[in-house]
Amino acid sequence: MTTILKPTPRVTTELLTTPERPRSPRGRTRSRFSPGRAVAWLYIVIVLVVTVFPFYWMLRTAFSNNYSLIRDPGSLLPVDFTWGAFARVLGLASQEQSLAEGGSGASIQILHFLLNSVIYATVQTVAIVFFSTIAAYAFARLRWKGRDLMFSIFLAALMVPGILTLLPNFVLVKDLGLLNTFAGMILPTALFSAFNIFFLRQFMLGLSEEIEEAALIDGAGRLRVLFRITLPMTSGPIITLSILGFITAWNDYFWPLLVTSDDSVRPLTLALAVFKQSSPQASPDWAGLMAATLVAALPMLLLFLVFGKRIVNSIGFTGLK
Amino acid sequence: MAITASRGTRAAKSTRVRGRGAINSHSPAHRHDGRLAWVLIAPALVGFLVFFLYPTLRGIYLSFTDFKVLTPPTFTGFDNFVRLFGDQVFWSSLGVTVYFVLLSVVFGMTVSLVTAVVLHRLTSNTVVRGIIILPFLISGVVAATTWSWMLDSQLGVVNMLIEQLTGEPIMFLGSRAWAIPSIAMISVWKSMGYNAIIIFAGLQTIPPTIYEAGRIDGANEVQMFRRLTLPLLRPILAMVLVLTVIGSFQVFDIVAVTTKGGPANASNVLQMYIYDKAFGQFDFGYGATMSLALFAMLIIITFLQMRLMRASESDTN
Repeated sequence: MTTILKPTPRVTTELLTTPERPRSPRGRTRSRFSPGRAVAWLYIVIVLVVTVFPFYWMLRTAFSNNYSLIRDPGSLLPVDFTWGAFARVLGLASQEQSLAEGGSGASIQILHFLLNSVIYATVQTVAIVFFSTIAAYAFARLRWKGRDLMFSIFLAALMVPGILTLLPNFVLVKDLGLLNTFAGMILPTALFSAFNIFFLRQFMLGLSEEIEEAALIDGAGRLRVLFRITLPMTSGPIITLSILGFITAWNDYFWPLLVTSDDSVRPLTLALAVFKQSSPQASPDWAGLMAATLVAALPMLLLFLVFGKRIVNSIGFTGLK
Repeated sequence: MAITASRGTRAAKSTRVRGRGAINSHSPAHRHDGRLAWVLIAPALVGFLVFFLYPTLRGIYLSFTDFKVLTPPTFTGFDNFVRLFGDQVFWSSLGVTVYFVLLSVVFGMTVSLVTAVVLHRLTSNTVVRGIIILPFLISGVVAATTWSWMLDSQLGVVNMLIEQLTGEPIMFLGSRAWAIPSIAMISVWKSMGYNAIIIFAGLQTIPPTIYEAGRIDGANEVQMFRRLTLPLLRPILAMVLVLTVIGSFQVFDIVAVTTKGGPANASNVLQMYIYDKAFGQFDFGYGATMSLALFAMLIIITFLQMRLMRASESDTN
């Protein structure tokens, strides 16, 4: 840390400590101007610009004419504004049109891959969260022989890195004849997640048992209690894990790369990488690439618009566990 | 474990012994728990056995074999390990990976910590935190594609700027010297916000009264940051550190999209080399051996993490 503190000790050290003056009840620090705060805001602005600029550059390039990009590579606005790049990657442009705007002639069936991604990420997320929830319930609420032992074994799996499973799981999926199928892509990660089970169990243990017991005494079955009472009360963490799981599955690259060799079930993230690698080295279709990139990122950005606050809180929350 | 308790006292009891089998196993409500429990954990158990335990053990076995996928593995003892020790490319991959991990950790942790602390001090606005989390939401492939366009040596916007300043473009992803730093930069860009949010959440749990006490005792700002903030944050920092190290050791997608390990193996990280051996040359046995080596390293890191966390507990309590 000392290296950061050196240049302007006064200003930075003041920043690096959390509230050094008592806060007012509303939790606001004093808002009058001070050099320290100015530098701090400047830092935040720089961080925000560096964070957001690549997204803007995606947008700007995607709406540019790929030929004209060479002429004016530094322009902050799209060069020769056109929807052509999107038409190209969506397969709506004719060969001549795409070549005229500097496309490589190669296209990417983006809607097909988008659908694959939706199926892959949704099924995988729903399955893993559901199976984790019912398992967590068994660990949190039921009394059975071997429960504690089984739980320690699952917990140990949390500590053991999964790197060794990649190659053997590929061989297994191949032997099962599931290469290039959704089943092969989804199954290995759809059943068991030590983290999810642990996380949900901890939460369920914190729930009051009184309502459940009342329902049981009133004659409701265990499953009814699980689905009608415990599950709704656990909806917060379930949504948290679903969002984080969906993001992970949507962005997954390595596993789909191993088990798919053609376009049939390939998700968009992987298709995009293939598209990037197959674009000509000499003069890549950057506008087309950025249009495809934007389409691949769009669902995540929409998810963010809807669940932004929830995502931010989820991450802080899972971190504190 | 009182057997005959009225409902009220049983509830009171259950809050006290929660987690240790709160309710009695002989009560009618728990009579069929055993059977139901096995049904409920069956999917997870199958997943654990078939896709985690079995492949892990099989991975260890395969690392002692010569296995080319199409023919059954033949046991070769320690041949793969002997080969590993003499494999120059493996050692250079390990070096490249460690270099990448160091850059990502030092640079990433510093920026995340400073960002979290500054944010915490300035604003609790969720929008700002929301924006810095954006790169975490997109895939490594999207991030890598976008940055390889921005870092392009001819048309990249970053090089436009650098050329204005120095007159010389930098071959970010195309030169041996810059390949790994550039990939580390992309990786830090992608994960910084996520880490900062976790650290930020940790900062929010530190009660302000601690700082008031420190001030009364006459501590200055530097002392308070080093003696109060850092020790109290240590469990969180240890976790972020280990997540970063473990994640960085397995970096693949950014490398695959930007440099494919080149130029001349300059960015050939371990995971890339393993992939190349196993799926490029179908040398699964040797790929498994290298995975086992990486596995051992990650286990050691995880072990050190637990030490680090425990040390922090005795420190702060």
